Amino acid sequence: MTLKEYQLKTFKWRVTLILAIIVVACVYVFPSFGVPAWWPNLLPAEKIHLGLDLQGGMHLVLEVESDKAVESAMERISQELKTSLIKAKIRYRDLDRINGDKIRLKILNPDQTSSFEDVIKESFGILEIASKDTSGDKPAFQLALKEEEARYIKKLAVDQGLETIRNRIDQFGVSEPDIRPQGENRILIQLPGIKDPKRAIELIGKTALLEFKLVDDEHSIEDALKGIIPPGDEVLTQVEVDPVTKQERRIPYLIKKRTYLTGEYLTDARVQIDSQYNEPYVSIEFDKKGGRLFEQVTGANVKKRLAIVLDGNVYSAPVIQEKISGGQARITGNFTTEEAHDLAIVLRAGALPAPVKILEERTVGPSLGRDSIESGIYSMVTGGVFVVLFILIYYKGSGLIANTALFLNIILIAAALAAFRATLTLPGIAGIILTIGMAVDANVIIFERIREEIRLGKTPRAAVEGGYSKAILTILDANVTTLIAALVLFQFGTGPVKGFAVTLSIGILASLFTSIIVSRVIFDYFLLQRRVKEISI
Amino acid sequence: MELIKPNINIDFIGKRKIAFIVSLTLVIISIASLVMKGGPNYGIDFAGGMLIQVKFSQSITPGDIKEVLSTVGVENASVQQFGDVENKEYLIRAEKSSEAPERLAEKIKGNLEATYTDNKVEIRRVEMVGPKVGKDLREKALKALFAAILLIAVYISGRFELKWMTGIIIAMALLIAIYFFSMFHMNIPTLIIIALLVTLGLCVYLELRYALGAIVALIHDVIITMGIFSLTDKEFTLPIVAALLTIVGYSLNDTIIVYDRIRENLRKYHKEAYDTIVNKSINQTLSRTILTSVTTLMVVVAVFIFGGGIIHDFAFAMIIGIVVGTYSSIYVASPILILLRKGTAAKRAISRRGRSKFVLR
Repeated sequence: MTLKEYQLKTFKWRVTLILAIIVVACVYVFPSFGVPAWWPNLLPAEKIHLGLDLQGGMHLVLEVESDKAVESAMERISQELKTSLIKAKIRYRDLDRINGDKIRLKILNPDQTSSFEDVIKESFGILEIASKDTSGDKPAFQLALKEEEARYIKKLAVDQGLETIRNRIDQFGVSEPDIRPQGENRILIQLPGIKDPKRAIELIGKTALLEFKLVDDEHSIEDALKGIIPPGDEVLTQVEVDPVTKQERRIPYLIKKRTYLTGEYLTDARVQIDSQYNEPYVSIEFDKKGGRLFEQVTGANVKKRLAIVLDGNVYSAPVIQEKISGGQARITGNFTTEEAHDLAIVLRAGALPAPVKILEERTVGPSLGRDSIESGIYSMVTGGVFVVLFILIYYKGSGLIANTALFLNIILIAAALAAFRATLTLPGIAGIILTIGMAVDANVIIFERIREEIRLGKTPRAAVEGGYSKAILTILDANVTTLIAALVLFQFGTGPVKGFAVTLSIGILASLFTSIIVSRVIFDYFLLQRRVKEISI
Repeated sequence: MELIKPNINIDFIGKRKIAFIVSLTLVIISIASLVMKGGPNYGIDFAGGMLIQVKFSQSITPGDIKEVLSTVGVENASVQQFGDVENKEYLIRAEKSSEAPERLAEKIKGNLEATYTDNKVEIRRVEMVGPKVGKDLREKALKALFAAILLIAVYISGRFELKWMTGIIIAMALLIAIYFFSMFHMNIPTLIIIALLVTLGLCVYLELRYALGAIVALIHDVIITMGIFSLTDKEFTLPIVAALLTIVGYSLNDTIIVYDRIRENLRKYHKEAYDTIVNKSINQTLSRTILTSVTTLMVVVAVFIFGGGIIHDFAFAMIIGIVVGTYSSIYVASPILILLRKGTAAKRAISRRGRSKFVLR
C-alpha cells in the first residue's frame, strides 16, 4: 500500500472523527447562548460558568480563630471543675484561667493532692497536668488540654463554623454560593451576584453568641466606669443609633458575668412587627430545657433587669415584670426590617463556635463585571480580526485553512469550558485572546516548512507531507513548555489567575488538534480528493 | 507574501558581543532599579491593604476625593485615575483600616455624595487583603516561578540532550539544597537566587548547554520585564505573575524552535563551522519567529488598548515579554551555545575523551 493509498484510507476516518468532535463541541457551546425549549433533556444544558470578576459578586477568605474555641472550652471546663471539686470536698483557691488555654489552681490541703489528681484522671480525661509545684504548703497546679483534644476542638470549630455559615447564607438566599474549607482554619466563600455586600459580610462575620445576663443594680455604673468593677461583673455597652441624625449613642451597663441562658437553646427566631410602635423585633422561642431555664431566671429575678447580650453588646435590658413561662421572648432594639431579618437568620442558624476574621475580601459590582465582559470580547474580536486578516494576506489559500482551524479552536475552548464546568474569568478571556495569537504559531511553523519544501522543488503533496512530518515534533516541544508554565500557574493560582491557566492550557491542547489534525485534513481534501495541483501558500 | 526572504542571511552571531552588552546593561539597570526601590512595587495582592474602585458621574479631582477621605478617617490614601479619563474612575488605595472595607466604602460613598451633591458615586470594586494572605501569596508566587523554571530545565535537558536522568538528578539536588538552606530560615528571594545559581552551576558542570542557554534566556526575560515594571512604577500583582509565567513559556517556545533547527542542521551539515550552523538555523527560523511574535503582539496590543483597566498592566507585561523573549531567543539563547562550546571544546582537546551521543561539533 503506497502512502497515498494509506492516506486516502484514513482520510474518511479522520474526517468522521473531526466532524464528531465539532458536533459534540457545538452541543456543549450552544446552551451558553440560551437553552431553547426543544433542547432534549439528555443533552448538556450547562452555560459557561462566569467568574466573580465577570458576573459580579464577593470573594471572602475567613480565618476561624479556633484558639478562641479552645479558650471557651476551657472556660466551660473550669466551671465544671469547680463544681466537681466542691462535690469531692476538695478545698481549692485561685482557680483561674491563664494564658487563655490553661487553668491554674492551688489546693489548700496538701493531703488532698492525690485525690485531686484522681478527680482529674477520672472526670476530666481531656485534661493533663501541665505543671505541678508541691514545694510550698499549698500545692499549685496548672492544667492544660491534651494536645489531641485541643486539635479536635479546633477542627470542630472550623467544621461547625463552615456549617453555620453555610446555613446563614442559604437562609439569606444567594444563588450558587460556594463555601469550602481552605487549609487548616480558613474558609473560602464565593457569593456570585450579591447585591448588598455590606449586609452579607455582617451576616457571615457575626459570631452571634446570644446570652442572657442580669444587670447589676446593686453597684453603681459610675464607679465601674471609673475602674472600680465589682468582682464577677463587667461593663458592656448598648449602641443606639438615632434614626434621624444617624448619631451613635453608647449606653454603658454594669452586667453580672454569669450567663443564665444562651442561644444554644433556641428553636426558632422570626421577625415580628410591634403593633404599638410599628417597629420590627425578633421573637425567639426556646426548646424545653431553655424554656425551663428562662422560667427559673425570670421567676427568681422579678423586678430586676435582664440584659440580652449579643456578641458582647447589650441589645436591650428590660425589667422582668413577672415569671415568664412558655419559652418565648423578644429582642427589641431599634432595628430596621433588614437588620431584624438578618438577626433572625443568624439566631436560627446558631452561633459560630469561634469568631472569624476576614483575611481577604474582593467584591466586584455587577456593572464592572458587565464592562469587563464587553471590553474583553471587544479586544478579542479586534485582535482576532487583525490576526485572521494578517494570516489570510500572508498565506492566501492556506491562510484560509489556518483561519478555519483557528475558528474551530475557539469553539473547542468554549466547549471544553462548558463541559468541564470550568470558570471563565477576565484573565481567562485574556488567555483565550493569547491563544488566538499563539495558536496560529503551529500553522506558521508548518507553512514555513512547506514553503521550504516547495523551494526545494517538491510536489505539493510531498511538500505538505514533508512540512507536517518535520514540524510536528518541533510544535510539540514548543508547546510543552507553555503547558508546563500553565500547569504551574494552575497549581499556584487563585480565582481569576486560575481561569487564565485553564483557558491557556485548553487553548494549547485545542490548537495542537486543530492545527495539526484539522488543517491537515483540509489540505488532504484538496490534494487527494480534489487533486489540486498547486497550493496557494 | 513574504516578509523575510528565504535566502536571508543576517549575521546575528557576529554581532553577539553588542547583543551581550545590550542585554547585560538592561539586566543591570533592571536589577539596580529593583534593588534601589526595595523589590517590586507590590500591589495589594502581595503587600496587603485595601483598594476601592469608584466611578463618578461628574468629573472630580483626586485632591477632592482625598479631602473627603480624611473626613472618614482614611489618611495616607493614594488616589489614582483608572483607565480612560472620560470613564471618571478612580482607584483609592489605603492601608488596612480597622473598619470592614465594605462599611468603609459605603461611608466614603455617602460622604462623597453629601459633599458633591450632583455627582453620583458608584462603588465598583472593593478589595482587601490581609498582611498574612499577602505574604502567603508572595511566597507562593516565587515558588511557582521557581517550579516552572525547574521543570523546564528538566524537560530541556531531557529532551535536547537525552539526559533525563541528569535532569531529574539536578531537580533532586536542588530540592535537597533548598531544604537544607531553608533550615537557616532564609527568606524566599535568597533561596530562589541560591537555587538558580545552583542550577546554572550544575548546567555548566554537566555540560547541559541547551538547558543552560534556555534558562539564561528566560531569566533574562523575566528580570527585564520586572525591571521595566519597576522603572515605570507599575504594580506587581497576581495577574503580572501569570504574565511572567506565560512569558517564560513563550520565550522558551521561540528558543526551542531555534534549538531544534540547530540540532537538525548539526546532523545535516556536519562539515560546517559551529558558528555558521547556529547562524544559519537562526536565519532559517527567523520568518516563523517574527511571524508568531507579530500575531501574538497583535492580540496582546488589542487587549492593552481595549481590554479595560483591570488587565491593562497584564497586557503591558505580555508586550514587554514578547518583545524581549523574541530578542533573547535570537541574541541570547543561541550565542550562549557558542560561548559554552568554546569553553568545553578547549577542555575536550585536553582530555580527548570519547563522544557521547549528542556531542556538539
